[in-house]
Amino acid sequence: MTHALNSIERPSGLIEYPVQPFKDKEFSIKFLQTMIRTRVLEERMIKMSKMSEGFFWIGGPGEEAFNTALGLLVDKGEGLEHDMLHLHYRNNGAVLTMGAPMIDFIRQMKNVSQDPFSGGRNFVSHIAKKEWNVMPVTSTIETQYSVAPGTAWAQRRAKLAGKKTGISIVVGGDAGTAEGDFASCLIWSSRPEQEVPLLMIVTNNQFGISTPAQTQHGEKNIADRAKAFGIKTSVVDGNNPEKIWAALQSSMDYVRSTGKPFLLEVSVSRLNGHSSSSGGNREKGFDDPIDLFEKRLAKLGWISKDFLQECTDAAWAEANLALDNARKESLPEASTVQDHFFANNERGGIPGRNF
Amino acid sequence: MANMAQAIRMALHVGEEKLGVTDIFGEDVGAPLGGVFTCTQGLKTAWNTPLDERGIIGMAMGLAMAGAKPVAEIQFCDYIFNTIDLLKLAGNTCWATNGQFPMNMVVMTPSGAGIHGSLYHSHSFDAIASHLPGWKIVMPSTPLDAYGLMLSAIQDPNPVLFLAPKALLRVKGEELIPGEPSDESQLKEMIDAPLGDRSQWQARWPKLEIAPIEIGKAKSAREGNAAVIVTYGRHVLMAKNVADKISQEGLGEVQVLDLRSIYPYDWAAMSEAISRSGRVLFLNEDTEITNFGEHLLRRTIEEHYYTLRARPRLLAGLHVPGIGLAPTLENASVPQENDIERELRALLSEKT
Repeated sequence: MTHALNSIERPSGLIEYPVQPFKDKEFSIKFLQTMIRTRVLEERMIKMSKMSEGFFWIGGPGEEAFNTALGLLVDKGEGLEHDMLHLHYRNNGAVLTMGAPMIDFIRQMKNVSQDPFSGGRNFVSHIAKKEWNVMPVTSTIETQYSVAPGTAWAQRRAKLAGKKTGISIVVGGDAGTAEGDFASCLIWSSRPEQEVPLLMIVTNNQFGISTPAQTQHGEKNIADRAKAFGIKTSVVDGNNPEKIWAALQSSMDYVRSTGKPFLLEVSVSRLNGHSSSSGGNREKGFDDPIDLFEKRLAKLGWISKDFLQECTDAAWAEANLALDNARKESLPEASTVQDHFFANNERGGIPGRNF
Repeated sequence: MANMAQAIRMALHVGEEKLGVTDIFGEDVGAPLGGVFTCTQGLKTAWNTPLDERGIIGMAMGLAMAGAKPVAEIQFCDYIFNTIDLLKLAGNTCWATNGQFPMNMVVMTPSGAGIHGSLYHSHSFDAIASHLPGWKIVMPSTPLDAYGLMLSAIQDPNPVLFLAPKALLRVKGEELIPGEPSDESQLKEMIDAPLGDRSQWQARWPKLEIAPIEIGKAKSAREGNAAVIVTYGRHVLMAKNVADKISQEGLGEVQVLDLRSIYPYDWAAMSEAISRSGRVLFLNEDTEITNFGEHLLRRTIEEHYYTLRARPRLLAGLHVPGIGLAPTLENASVPQENDIERELRALLSEKT
């Protein structure tokens, strides 16, 4: 059975949130600019992969509305009192929105020693930023769903002790929900009288690398799987900034106020395929959340073509400058390969031998 | 004297009272059972989990990332295999994040054969564990060492795997744990949960001292200069028995070096012992192909080749798919005292 890309249907059961368009013109434009910056960053890095300025690219073109909303809504900071993020490799936009500079992502793409997430050790989009509670992104699909109940459990305990706490938020794709970790997360987050403040988010782009979800999954909506555990759920159009904003805000509010889990399924587009392994080229047949939002704001008379061009040019200038600066940086010294083997830089290797 | 399960329990009590342990959890770890080997009875932070090993390791990782201090139990190491990628992640997270996220967590699990546990209660895990960089791995042979190594595991800011030799968990020690009452029936009355209704029971803990044993330090369990057996876990006891028998026959005094830590291991102690006698037998019960002892053989050959007086040897479990239930099969799979004796006699009699 084959499926033309443009024949993929959106998941049914989308919840129509009672949302209004962003009435604040300034906020809407800022939101759009952030989406554009995210897209340009991804395209900059895709070009880098094609120019052999990075061994591999993976990211989230098409998920800008979701990532921007998430980055704006998260309670950013370090420690239990702030939100704890268990992201995956399509969430650059969220961390960019939170305030990370473009060069940090490009540094990881170029595996230079100044890469603040992994020191040149990990793939691009494998973010780890302790000062903002961004837990390490892993290549192992869905393992973050086994880990997230742990941070949520710690937050639950702190809240019961009367402390101010954030919530835990875990994000993964639709294909990964076939892993047992997803089931683990549903079970561990909803144990009777021991529920944890965990927002589970499944970004559903309808594909696992090359395999259409509809050839592998029989469930109508992934979110339905949480209902058996008494977990509240929603399905939302992640290409619409206002809808995803409202859905995220609503689900976050629920988790914060009840201390209970929530599963939000977000329908998103995958505009450039899985990764550089499939070329990283723009694919046809998917809605582009930036195009859609631009058109709506233009129709309202809030932006012009010239303004859009200025935004795009500014983002490219920012990305190109970041790349120019990253090019001046160096790969990690070979002698540092054993650094951070253990905490406090305790060395590993073969005991008693020099490295 | 306390048995090893009581020793672990007392160390965990000290951990939750004085060393910041926040969560001790696993399948049947909390009340009323307190662990299938009773290692967690009466502990105030012990709780039961779903029957989900991946969830248990994931929970420990999340708690560590959140700044808590978890001690997770996998009920038998035979059931840890489906967590292997999470164990890899726990081991590489500090390195992969350039030091941002050290993983301050302990995983304890009973390991090895010796209780007629058939295919899935007899596995060893030391060889595979040694392939998980980023973890520290310990395996005690006495209750006192179990107590001290667990305290060190708790105090260590890295992931530490505590392999409990399951055949020794109910074996009493020969040394008092600092603070342990000398009357073992008194200790039992204080910290062992009663049979029947336990709903009102609370442990009464002795006043225990913090007496950690440094991870990475071996201990000479028996002195000797004729040869050295390097081993850990329950095979320390078996090696000592064989060495005593050999000694009684006047064939020489054989040292038994209890490694206690598989990673980082005490190469200095091993190297010194090998230098002294030129004869070494590495002994453990994990399967023999890509066995941890093979790595130690490699180092022995690389660093002691010209001073060895006999070829170095490894005695390990047979490379078979499982430990059979019938004692004849288990004994044929896992090194027994007669196997150790055979290898030791050959080692001692080989002419240079």
